Amino acid sequence: MKLMNKRYIPYILLIIMLLWHAVMFAQERFPRPEFESGYVYPEAQLPLQRSITWEYIDVAVLIAALLVTAWLAIKKRSRQGLIWMAVFSMAYFGFFREGCICSVGSVQNVSLALFNSTYTIPLTALLFFLIPLVFALFFGRVFCAGVCPLGAIQELTGIRPVKLPKSVESVMTAIPFVYLALAVLFSAMQSEFIICRYDPFIGIYRLDAPYTMIIFGVLLLLAGIFLNRPYCRYLCPYGVLLGIFSRFAGRHLTITPAECTNCRLCEEDACPYDAILPSNPEQVKEDPSRSRKRFIAYFLLIPVFAVAGGFLFYTMAPGLSMVHRDVRLAREIRAEKETGDEAVSKAAVAFRETGETEEQLFDKEMKIIMRFRKSAPWAGIFLGLSLGISLVSLTVIRTRTEYKPHQGKCYSCGRCWKYCPVEVNKTVK
Amino acid sequence: MKEEKNKYQSRRDFVRKAGKVLAAAPLVGLPILLTKKANGSGYVWQIDPYKCTTCGNCKTSCVLTPSASKCFHAHLLCGYCDLCGGYLKEGAKTISTGAEVQMCPTGAIERKFIEEPFFEYNINEDLCDGCAKCVKGCKDFGNGSLFMQIKQDLCVNCNDCAIARNCPSDAISRVPADFQYKIKDRV
Repeated sequence: MKLMNKRYIPYILLIIMLLWHAVMFAQERFPRPEFESGYVYPEAQLPLQRSITWEYIDVAVLIAALLVTAWLAIKKRSRQGLIWMAVFSMAYFGFFREGCICSVGSVQNVSLALFNSTYTIPLTALLFFLIPLVFALFFGRVFCAGVCPLGAIQELTGIRPVKLPKSVESVMTAIPFVYLALAVLFSAMQSEFIICRYDPFIGIYRLDAPYTMIIFGVLLLLAGIFLNRPYCRYLCPYGVLLGIFSRFAGRHLTITPAECTNCRLCEEDACPYDAILPSNPEQVKEDPSRSRKRFIAYFLLIPVFAVAGGFLFYTMAPGLSMVHRDVRLAREIRAEKETGDEAVSKAAVAFRETGETEEQLFDKEMKIIMRFRKSAPWAGIFLGLSLGISLVSLTVIRTRTEYKPHQGKCYSCGRCWKYCPVEVNKTVK
Repeated sequence: MKEEKNKYQSRRDFVRKAGKVLAAAPLVGLPILLTKKANGSGYVWQIDPYKCTTCGNCKTSCVLTPSASKCFHAHLLCGYCDLCGGYLKEGAKTISTGAEVQMCPTGAIERKFIEEPFFEYNINEDLCDGCAKCVKGCKDFGNGSLFMQIKQDLCVNCNDCAIARNCPSDAISRVPADFQYKIKDRV
């Protein structure tokens, strides 16, 4: 019996030492001095707080700017006025408020709040998300025309519009859908806010950014001289939502102030965004049964695309999960275990310091990958549906007797007005 | 013929209206869904000093230059050491206020004599660039009374904090704006 006890002694000692070490670890190495000279501790200064007021002022300015822009685009029809609005938004939302928070990025806050119980969305972010959409539903994309700071800087630098071939254009316009799907997915998975991270113009507004983002922003602006609004057209994920809502806009900017005379003057290069739908009363009508068949065939393709998209994203889920930092860390630690490459990243060093076990980390990694497996297919389904619906819309050919803007594509910038020869005599009511 | 056209028009109008209702539905539904999850006071980014590993990413990752995260000093935890691990470089030959022995690359720590052998240390936040070298020194050799915090009056409150993204120990998180600072009050 005595022997048994002796055998335990080292272990008991070890436990005592470990406990002692733990106590030591959380102990002041140097106790508070007892001053003799009557020293008083400096009063703990309350550090300066951030006030929320500015964010509510931003919301008020947003609403006011949207109202003015809508009035300028629909009632007043003043391109000059819209340009001044763009200058104002660039100055206020861009340079003065330094671009945070913007409606484009707020998509991610909404998705994070929708799919996570731990995050509460700031009211201002929610308002920044909703208000431009409401305006799009009533007046078209007036937000793009002169309120969005990202759009404003591009609107002002687009001087020499050049048109792209239609095939290239239609492929490029698919990118924002992918961007939106990924942004919503990644923010819902608490991994990354990609829209904010790859915001090309925020660096210009803050005069401070990683040099790669500055280069990207400047390149976009340079390209924008010829290819107007490259970010809005080929990247902006919020533009996808605005486009959908704007299609149903109650009142929308019109090319002509009165009745269209079909003079075809706006046909050629009035719109740098190719958003003018031509008048086509004399177009050859197809055999209705044939077009109906094509419509049905394309319509049946929608679920096929949706399933294919879902499957594609399901298989891509483990790869996509790499944007989550814990997954990256787990891969690094595993690589160290398996191949002997030493994990030297700061994250790995910090991981060792926290004392978390590798099993816990791998467990977390599995959970995140499972979440991605469950959620990523929805992003794929969304993309498949969008592709299918846009194909179906190709089969529906409408007859128009006037030239009018494509409500989904039109940024309400008013460049087309000066091409229209129709004048309204304002004295006659 | 005329009647037919009217019918056609009204059907199109119907589709348009239906589309409008469909588009408006999420605009009405979303706020209702999110009212429970919205807060009026907003959020700020905050460093948890107990999770901080003093890696130095705060200085380099912030979108601002110099970084909005700065070193803070909790005097109540400080040992007022003469040989201060946060003030003096490791292996400093003399204990003085010379630039060559100071840990801080910008000379932002001010050392003031109180009484033998105690010295008070203060951070000049205008000079501090958030490199966390002194925080590491104080953590390794002293009481850990120096710690990192994000200065909320400087922080531009990015939607996606660049330091939080690069923080290896996940020490930076969004917190409601009611509690903007986490001041160290224990070791």
